[in-house]
Amino acid sequence: MKFGIIVFPGSNCDHDAYHVISKQVGQPVDFIWHRDTDLKSFDALIIPGGFSYGDYLRAGALARFSPVMDSVKKFAASGGFVLGICNGFQILCEAGLLPGALIRNRDLSFICEHLCVRVETSDTPYTNEMTPGSVLRIPIAHAEGNYVCDDATLAELQREDRIVFRYCEPSGAVTEATNPNGSRDNIAGICNQSRNVLGLMPHPERACEDLLGSSDGRDIFRSLAATLAAA
Amino acid sequence: MKAKVFVSLKPGVLDPQGKAIQHSVELLGFSGIADVRQGKYFEIALQDSADQEQARQSVTRIAREVLSNPIIEDYLVEIEA
Repeated sequence: MKFGIIVFPGSNCDHDAYHVISKQVGQPVDFIWHRDTDLKSFDALIIPGGFSYGDYLRAGALARFSPVMDSVKKFAASGGFVLGICNGFQILCEAGLLPGALIRNRDLSFICEHLCVRVETSDTPYTNEMTPGSVLRIPIAHAEGNYVCDDATLAELQREDRIVFRYCEPSGAVTEATNPNGSRDNIAGICNQSRNVLGLMPHPERACEDLLGSSDGRDIFRSLAATLAAA
Repeated sequence: MKAKVFVSLKPGVLDPQGKAIQHSVELLGFSGIADVRQGKYFEIALQDSADQEQARQSVTRIAREVLSNPIIEDYLVEIEA
């Protein structure tokens, strides 16, 4: 099993993701420069956080046109696993691989803090080692994490069990008070219809060691590694 | 030839920046401001030999596929000879 981490100009969580896959998950991993288009040797891709293209125009808007993205779309269409974290989530939405969009936080500020998200479904390759309803303590760090979509899209996400993470209290209660950025329905992460593409605003790669305040993020990478090992 | 593209948030999409601007404008002493919405404005210079109708089609595609995100934004294209 081999992981690939896509690096755009302005990506800045690429090394964190590399560290987690190589040291915590213990699997082979390589960086993929955004001009590369050959993804044949990879089993799973991570689009890391950061500020691709300086967030010019809209967060994730210009990364969508990088040469690697056509290959990412084909990779996803053929069932390959694609995990977008923070700016990676924004890029996946801009590229049309996930529905909806991420706009400016309700209160305008850049928010960087540990908070809690509830695992809403174990029916994804990223959460199949977890119990629905369990709570992960993971940091967010973004200014554009306010998830928006139209009513029809929200209904579809709910009906198809595609809301994977919601912002919640430490107890697991999902309330408006625990919504850090104004996201619709407290959405912190969603998957596509085939469930192989996941985007989330929180940074699980920053929560994989107790030394860093939480190791809850490891479960996401371990679920994915277990899925790949079983494939 | 010049193209102007205006990109604005769709009605109903929250615009916290617009709200903050409105608040500042009110602090300046202006009253009666019902709402402020922030958008983007682009100027695209086209070669003078370009056909106006073709230019409109090209710029409309640029506005739709690059300059705006159709999920949250509307756009308006103007062509100046």
